[in-house]
Amino acid sequence: MNIDLVIGILNIVLISTTPLVLAGIGELVTEKSGVLNLGLEGLMLVGAVTGFITLVLTGNYFYSLFFSIISGVILSGIFAFLVLNLMTNQIATGLALTIFGIGLSAMLGKKFSGTPIEGLNPYYFIVISFLLVLMVSYFLSKTKSGLIVRAVGENHNSAYALGYNVIKTRYMTIIFGGVMSSLAGFYISICYAPMWQEGMTAGRGWIALALVVFATWKPWRLLVGAYIFGGVAIMQMNLQAIGVKLPGQFFNMMPYLATILVLVFISSNKLRLKLSAPASLNIPFEKNQ
Amino acid sequence: MQPIVEFQNICKEYPGVVANNNVSFKIIRQSIHAILGENGAGKSTLVKILYGHVKPDKGQIIINSDLVTINSPTMAQTLGINMVFQHFSLFESLTVAENLILGMSEKISLSKLKSNSETICNKYGFNLNLNSPISSLSVGQRQSVEIVRSLLNNPKILIMDEPTSVLTPDEINKLFKIIKKLVADGLTVIFISHKLDEIINLSDHVTIMRNGEVISNLTTKNEDPESLGYKMLGYKVTKTKQINNVNYSENVLSLSNLSSFSQDPFTTNLNKINFNLKKGQIFGIAGVAGNGQKELMEILLNENDFEFNGDIIFKNININKLSTFQRKSLSISYVTEQRLGHSAVPEMSLSENILLSMNHKTEFKKGDFINFDRINSYANDVIKNFNVDTPSFNVKAGKLSGGNLQKFIIGREIMSDPELLILSQPTWGIDAGSEAFIKKSLIELSHRGVSIIIISHDLDELLEVCHNISVLYEGSLSKSLNVENIDITKLGKYMGGLFD
Repeated sequence: MNIDLVIGILNIVLISTTPLVLAGIGELVTEKSGVLNLGLEGLMLVGAVTGFITLVLTGNYFYSLFFSIISGVILSGIFAFLVLNLMTNQIATGLALTIFGIGLSAMLGKKFSGTPIEGLNPYYFIVISFLLVLMVSYFLSKTKSGLIVRAVGENHNSAYALGYNVIKTRYMTIIFGGVMSSLAGFYISICYAPMWQEGMTAGRGWIALALVVFATWKPWRLLVGAYIFGGVAIMQMNLQAIGVKLPGQFFNMMPYLATILVLVFISSNKLRLKLSAPASLNIPFEKNQ
Repeated sequence: MQPIVEFQNICKEYPGVVANNNVSFKIIRQSIHAILGENGAGKSTLVKILYGHVKPDKGQIIINSDLVTINSPTMAQTLGINMVFQHFSLFESLTVAENLILGMSEKISLSKLKSNSETICNKYGFNLNLNSPISSLSVGQRQSVEIVRSLLNNPKILIMDEPTSVLTPDEINKLFKIIKKLVADGLTVIFISHKLDEIINLSDHVTIMRNGEVISNLTTKNEDPESLGYKMLGYKVTKTKQINNVNYSENVLSLSNLSSFSQDPFTTNLNKINFNLKKGQIFGIAGVAGNGQKELMEILLNENDFEFNGDIIFKNININKLSTFQRKSLSISYVTEQRLGHSAVPEMSLSENILLSMNHKTEFKKGDFINFDRINSYANDVIKNFNVDTPSFNVKAGKLSGGNLQKFIIGREIMSDPELLILSQPTWGIDAGSEAFIKKSLIELSHRGVSIIIISHDLDELLEVCHNISVLYEGSLSKSLNVENIDITKLGKYMGGLFD
């Protein structure tokens, strides 16, 4: 194997993994505050199609990015309203958001499928994704606001008793997660593969979700995990190219298999489970008025 | 003296319950004001209203002669009101320092926090390590964190909701000294309790509440525990004291060298527990929560295959390996701590809840079908014999008050004719009437030759009912003391881990 090939593979891994990092770091913050948003796939698709359509119509990358982010704010805002104010089941609502996002993006993008555009340089976003991990890590471990997010996710009743606004905190983290997901979608349709195609995120939202658990809710582990998952996916293509006869499905299942193994590992020890998972995750908060 | 807080006609109604009805009284500045009442009398609701945690339906609060509307705990804190909660509001996986920061209304640097908390710790004799996670602290230490956290905000008024319910007698004395020093330094303390002795010892004034209403406002030094108790309940409770000694010699249950080796730091491992239980004996296991009571109950009940060494012998049979079901078939009955969700299913009717623990009895089944006639008549008998206040056996268990449900659950177990009854916290959080009834039933049961184990944090309850008491401390069991001639100071020492 020559150096060029190695550099080539590393380059592809870098480019293809960025959406996992973006969506994953957003979901990590959401889950740290105690909310499980299973709608990542839907958010990414809508973000991707909104960005793409805006670019085709206006030709302006800034508008494209802006509207993509707005779509994330709106959709995750609806999700937040449903699970926080109306206290719907987070899992069902998240799944509904994914299914809704798949359908909505397909409908909106139908006329634009196959339209050629000029893509944006992915390297900006690769740098941004690293910076975001750094910032989130700093935010959660060093700032008071980050401490409040962790406190809300750890025990929302105590946080409320101390005077913190649980609902507001969770709105912020859900919307941050939504914006990160739509950014990941924007990256896919504008930078990674400059085009629109129905269902083009190809399950990356689910991998990002698995990634958060795999990383045991720690930002730096998430970054490492993302590159492992991303690397495995790329390896699949290259191994097939050099003639290794393993079915592609085997590689596709690897991220989920790895996540299940991590889950088994974490929950085999109650202490580890208590110290890694936000204790209020997926538990609705009800003010006792 | 001028009052610092005045409640005027506070009303709060929850669906089906009037928690506060026209509550009005004043709290004098720089005093210890106790609010006394039974569980459900409305004490907690009232202070939660003062702390901005609950919105009143009607009424006003006046602080320092200003009419205020307290919408949130943050608002309360800016008015100088802080609260130490009954069920602690700490974050288990965070460190002491992080928990302290979260309690501060203003932003503060870590070094400033350190020096401020050190000043408070030195002044009042707390001992805190800022870097330890809360999960590694004892209950007493956790309360210290709560109190220091409140004091960091320089409060004028400190609310303490049942602060002694989880402490040893020694820790309670220490806490009282701290409270008195705080008041001497200018603080006003609102102290909620249902323990009469504590209120007599500590408070300057006392407001007695019953069914959401203020019954009377008194100056404590004119009262004694009996007069307060009578006013709190509205009737005299006659205490039934266990008197007769155990004459039987037959061993019913023996534990020998019971030890556990769990790696989980959230459990307390048991350390060589030995005791013999005679026929007709009531054996009490005292101790502060979290000293191995949960684990001992796990092993006696065997619902989760909790691993242990040693032997459990019930009437010459080794029951180590027997499942809960098999143990029940040997006529051992259990009343677990959690009424709703463990002892009873809230969403199911009372008669369905009978079957929940009587599954091992064939009389309630016709082949594989449920014999509802038998169950219903059994439920009816329990309701009649144990004074359960309910219109019918079709009522859902979750609809009953704590006291009524507990009478039903204990009645259900007693009516199944056990030879050994094991109870955990049998009278926790229930009204005094039901409590007295349950104690009486247990004593009568022992007279019929049934052996009973009671695991409880409530020392008074054990002293009233049991023949013998041992104390659990960090997984070890003290030697058993005869209640007849018991030395309370010795018991207190045992609870603090000073075994002889």
